[in-house]
Amino acid sequence: MFEMFPPALALIGGALLTALISSRQLRAVVVIVAPLICLYLIWQVPDGVVVRSAFLGYPLELVEGGPVRRLFATIFAIMSATGAVFAFNHARRTELVAAQLYAAGAVGVSFAGDLLTLFVFWEIMALFSTVVVWCGGTESARAAGVRYAIMHLLGGVILKVGIEGLLVTTGSLDIRPLSAHDFSTWMILIGILINAAAPPLSSWLSDAYPTASPTGSVFLSAFTTKTAILALILLFPGESILVGVGLFMVFYGIFYALLENDIRRILAFSIVNQVGFMVVAVGIGTEMAINGASAHAFAHIIYKALLFMSAGVVVMRTGKHLCTDVGGLFRTMPVTMWCGVVGALAISSFPLTSGFTTKTLISQAAVGEGLTTVYFLLAAASAGVFLHAGIKFPWFVFFQKDSGLRPKDAPWNMRIAMLFFAFLCILIGVYPQLLYPLLPYAMDYHPYKPGKVLFYLQLLLFSGLAFFLLLPWMKRTLTISLDVDWLWRRGLPLLVKYVARIGKPPVSAMRNRLQHGAGLLTASARHTMGHTGPLGRSWEIGTTALWIVLLLMVYVFAYYLF
Amino acid sequence: MTQPDDHWLIRPTTIRWLWIIGYSVLAITVLLQLVIPVKGYFGIDGWFGFGALFGFLSCVLMVFGAKFIGKLLKRPDDYYDV
Repeated sequence: MFEMFPPALALIGGALLTALISSRQLRAVVVIVAPLICLYLIWQVPDGVVVRSAFLGYPLELVEGGPVRRLFATIFAIMSATGAVFAFNHARRTELVAAQLYAAGAVGVSFAGDLLTLFVFWEIMALFSTVVVWCGGTESARAAGVRYAIMHLLGGVILKVGIEGLLVTTGSLDIRPLSAHDFSTWMILIGILINAAAPPLSSWLSDAYPTASPTGSVFLSAFTTKTAILALILLFPGESILVGVGLFMVFYGIFYALLENDIRRILAFSIVNQVGFMVVAVGIGTEMAINGASAHAFAHIIYKALLFMSAGVVVMRTGKHLCTDVGGLFRTMPVTMWCGVVGALAISSFPLTSGFTTKTLISQAAVGEGLTTVYFLLAAASAGVFLHAGIKFPWFVFFQKDSGLRPKDAPWNMRIAMLFFAFLCILIGVYPQLLYPLLPYAMDYHPYKPGKVLFYLQLLLFSGLAFFLLLPWMKRTLTISLDVDWLWRRGLPLLVKYVARIGKPPVSAMRNRLQHGAGLLTASARHTMGHTGPLGRSWEIGTTALWIVLLLMVYVFAYYLF
Repeated sequence: MTQPDDHWLIRPTTIRWLWIIGYSVLAITVLLQLVIPVKGYFGIDGWFGFGALFGFLSCVLMVFGAKFIGKLLKRPDDYYDV
């Protein structure tokens, strides 16, 4: 039936085995090996459509290969395997199963050749990522999971409306570059952007991810937003509105992260920030920009997962999740600290880390198109990333004041996972030529020109100076920051209460009047229809006959006249 | 386990040295521009010390911008719980 085995099936099979096997050790082997088999299969997928099927008469292209698809699937599989190493000993079985199915959804989306297949895997991701959120196990995880699910199901419906519309207007479900010019294409774009955490609906990400378990948020950080980036690359390259959307996300992430106190929520906001860079790149749309978006997504998954691992270990070992409750952990958690620092440097695109060799591609693409404002805003944002994630995260968690906490460092399997990803961050930073050939377009780009390195060193190091000089203004407070989700978490209940309050007097007045009217009606009915009333009492036969004759006469007369 | 105040990294002398080293590194990165030319793609970004100034001022703006936004948007962290 298949010319080849769809890679996503390896993860689905792994998930089923994980659910069935009762031995812990065997289960650990499955969760780590299944993504590796998936990775092998990914590299067997040639370019073009290789697995076809049909559903209700629609031709489906279940697996379509291509450089950018393979690149995203590769990092999803690597992430899944490394995440499994990190999680297998601590996560609940449900979470491991859900995380594998979630990753299967991401790999499935990567290779989807038509929009219907994409949609099905898209929804698989929505479902099982919700389960991963719920595995946080707390009341806030439950509530945030419900909000998360509603948002993603809504996004799915919008996407589906667009897909149906596109099918009706063009007759094709093929995945090909579109432009947002009519209702259907706009719906598709909006549906994808919801998963990318674009404004105004960014809050689901920072709401849900920090409530997941210490292992769950590692998986969550990787798949949803990056499949959205892949979908944008495949469907809307060069859609100019994305430049503005992406820039908004970049600065939204910085400002909210600067205000935040929850360790993992800082990282969640910086996902929006980093995905913003990629959205800008897709909006620029040149070959260099698409390469930049793809490369940055690849590097981002690694360093962001690394940061979430580091934060996860801290949350797991200390039971605390606020910056104000931790500090000084460098004494007893050196491995976690160093891995967190490497991740923080990579996200800040420090030279010799993966962020530098991938993010500068995006800046270079802006230069190539002569986008002066975009270029300078991205440069300012790079400084801002160093501020909110690069220094703020390690400083407040591992240094700052001495919280008196002396937790143990990470368990061995978590250390392996973190060290591996920290190694990859540096490897891609030092040898970008390992990553560049995998990018969708061939290019001749050298990130390490002395002048460029010096410019970024000045930019970043003076941001660091600003951080330490402005520390008094950055004191963490026990606060949250309102977002658009206020509208449905507070606004809607308030509106309901308000309407109930101002609606009460007229409604009760109307009810009184209705009751009064109904009372009158029953009284009069009782009067006329009662057994003593004119219509209710018993009449003699003769009187009845007379009435019937009279009525018949009126009827015949009326019939004759009209 | 080391005592909280005993760790070499948080001794005042260490911290003073860290500041000295930090400022020296900052000065070096700016002065290096005398030797290594920075290619300005849009003219202004090739100016002497532009990266340093731009990075620093961006951060100052962002910190105070965040402070201002925080005035409007910050709420106690049990806001949604009560």
